[in-house]
Amino acid sequence: MWDYSEKVKEHFFNPKNAGAVVDANATGEVGSISCGDALRLTLKVEDETEVILEAGFQTFGCGSAIASSSVLTEIIKGMTLDEALKVTNQDIADQLEGLPPEKMHCSVMGREALQAAIANYRGEEWKDDHEEGALICKCFAIDAVMIEEMVWANKLRTVEDVTNFTKAGGGCASCHEDIEAILEKVLAEKGEKFDPTAAPVEAPAKIAAVKAPLTNLQRIKKIEEVLESLRPALMADGGDVELVEVIGNTAYVNMTGACNGCQMAAMTIAGIQQRLMEVMGEFIKVVPASEMAKLVNIEVA
Amino acid sequence: MTDIYLDNNATTKVDPAVVDVMIPYFLEQYGNPSSIHKFADGVARGLKQARQQVQALIGCEHDSEIIFTSCGTESNSTAILSAIKAQPNKKEIITTTVEHPAILSVCEYLEKEGYTIHRMPVDKAGRLNLESYKKLLSDNVAIVSVMWANNETGTIFPVVEMAEMANAAGVMFHTDAVQAVGKIPMMLQDTKIDMLSVSGHKLHAPKGIGVLYLRRGTRFRPLLRGGHQERGRRAGTENSASIVGLGKACELALEFIEYENTKVKAMRDRLEQGITEAIPHCFVTGDIYNRLPNTTDIAFEYIEGESILMLLNKAGIAASSGSACTSGSLEPSHVMRAMDIPYTAAHGTIRFSFSRYNSMAEVDEVLKVMPGIVATLRKLSPYWDGAGPVADPEKAFAPTYA
Repeated sequence: MWDYSEKVKEHFFNPKNAGAVVDANATGEVGSISCGDALRLTLKVEDETEVILEAGFQTFGCGSAIASSSVLTEIIKGMTLDEALKVTNQDIADQLEGLPPEKMHCSVMGREALQAAIANYRGEEWKDDHEEGALICKCFAIDAVMIEEMVWANKLRTVEDVTNFTKAGGGCASCHEDIEAILEKVLAEKGEKFDPTAAPVEAPAKIAAVKAPLTNLQRIKKIEEVLESLRPALMADGGDVELVEVIGNTAYVNMTGACNGCQMAAMTIAGIQQRLMEVMGEFIKVVPASEMAKLVNIEVA
Repeated sequence: MTDIYLDNNATTKVDPAVVDVMIPYFLEQYGNPSSIHKFADGVARGLKQARQQVQALIGCEHDSEIIFTSCGTESNSTAILSAIKAQPNKKEIITTTVEHPAILSVCEYLEKEGYTIHRMPVDKAGRLNLESYKKLLSDNVAIVSVMWANNETGTIFPVVEMAEMANAAGVMFHTDAVQAVGKIPMMLQDTKIDMLSVSGHKLHAPKGIGVLYLRRGTRFRPLLRGGHQERGRRAGTENSASIVGLGKACELALEFIEYENTKVKAMRDRLEQGITEAIPHCFVTGDIYNRLPNTTDIAFEYIEGESILMLLNKAGIAASSGSACTSGSLEPSHVMRAMDIPYTAAHGTIRFSFSRYNSMAEVDEVLKVMPGIVATLRKLSPYWDGAGPVADPEKAFAPTYA
């Protein structure tokens, strides 16, 4: 059974705004019956102000699809269309106090239905910008289609490449076999052969064969470099990371922005640690800066 | 009303009599069966008795044909990998599209290694075509692996006949019988089945114990080497408590097999009839004339299975679904797709599977709540309008495919 939050259950068992809005002037229909999810969102929009007066949903889908639809209608009622366009799937998931990674696509479907309905009201055509595949990386909710596209677009060759570009495989690492299978498939289509030991596509901030142990200054510089290279991926999710202190081989970091308090923060830290160790060729422990405070206190005491 | 458990094809409650015979093997006779002292001297006897109890249930000729394993999945992997290791020149495997992942994933893996996998399709009622099966049998086939009964629909395959055909063609035959053992009578010594998998937890024994039946004389290569246990065919210290528990469970299953096929079947039939009469736009999947006595799989059109399960769970009823969402995958059950069940119905399939612990009163309780649950969800469905499906549902609601 999924570990649904109380909020998801509440919206599932007592959905708000179920059914189509009478005299709706905007309709968005998204989903795919083959995947078992389909959502029709109907809105009544006041023409002068573009305020959403009423919102109703009809959903064919699982518990979290119904809950996402229900909470979406609650979020957008009273918003103007421009405000509503700013609603993200993360907003929907947050209002539901989180969704299991396999179910995040339910919140995506909600956002898409909203965009489709607004496009419909404005006489525009809404086009879905991504195809969804089977979930591969459960830590970061990355699906097969996304990985395939990135492999094609960036000429990725190894699991490490895939992790660098998509984060997939950077957490618990149990999906590495599946990622290798995708690499094998795509590379075969390109007439190449998958080689697990191939060199990374981008020469990363890697110093060849570290002979002598790093000095503390070298180590700090190196860690900064690696964090810099990881920053774009974090910022894509609205987060960031800041190096606070390095003591021996322990790096203390602050997760900021959306990373702060994110359920995935621990995973992300594990991913950063793995990347640091790979690049620096030595054991590095990454610890939240909050832990350092405790340590210092102990030393002072 | 206490909670109602109708998910016995997933797993079963351990029979209290089974727990009772197991306890001494944790607290008193905990010695290693191979040891020579009084903590172990009863264990070998316990294992021998269990072997005979399993033998009686499946009707095999010798108790040495029973190999205890850790689960049905291990038995399945052992059977297939043994067949290909023992016959390295044979590079084809015959199976079906509706097997359990315990078979299909192994085949998929072997396909990558260069094996040719023949996955036999089924018709809309989940049945195989034996004519096409016959044509596939050849000297190149290392093993045929066909389930005795399907876990989702309960549909029974003619494995006895298929094993005869394989044998005539000189091909090894394995059957994954984890759903069939204990539910339908069998007499393996009168068949040409070479290997058969059993899972303890499907018949009121604990999880973590299984059996591979291996016909005497069948060429075999162990999966696990490293000890003399199970006559060298499955190394590893015996799970004595669970083996003894499985023995007891098999004895009870044999005792109750008539009950299963009369009383349990009557409960299943009443539930199925009651639901299909009371609820419009639902139908039973699989081969209804040829299936396990305890299983019914019903497709409720225009609604989704996980939602149905959540509402059933709230009403204290446990069942399971072939919907994509219950597994986290995007496709509905491969069994439903193999039978060409439309997507609008495949996502809404619910399997109710009974055991001897269920009662008619529980059936009545399910019949009381089920129509309301379906109606509630259909009210939310874009494919449903008031009292019936929208006209031409596939067209009336054609969302942008995400």
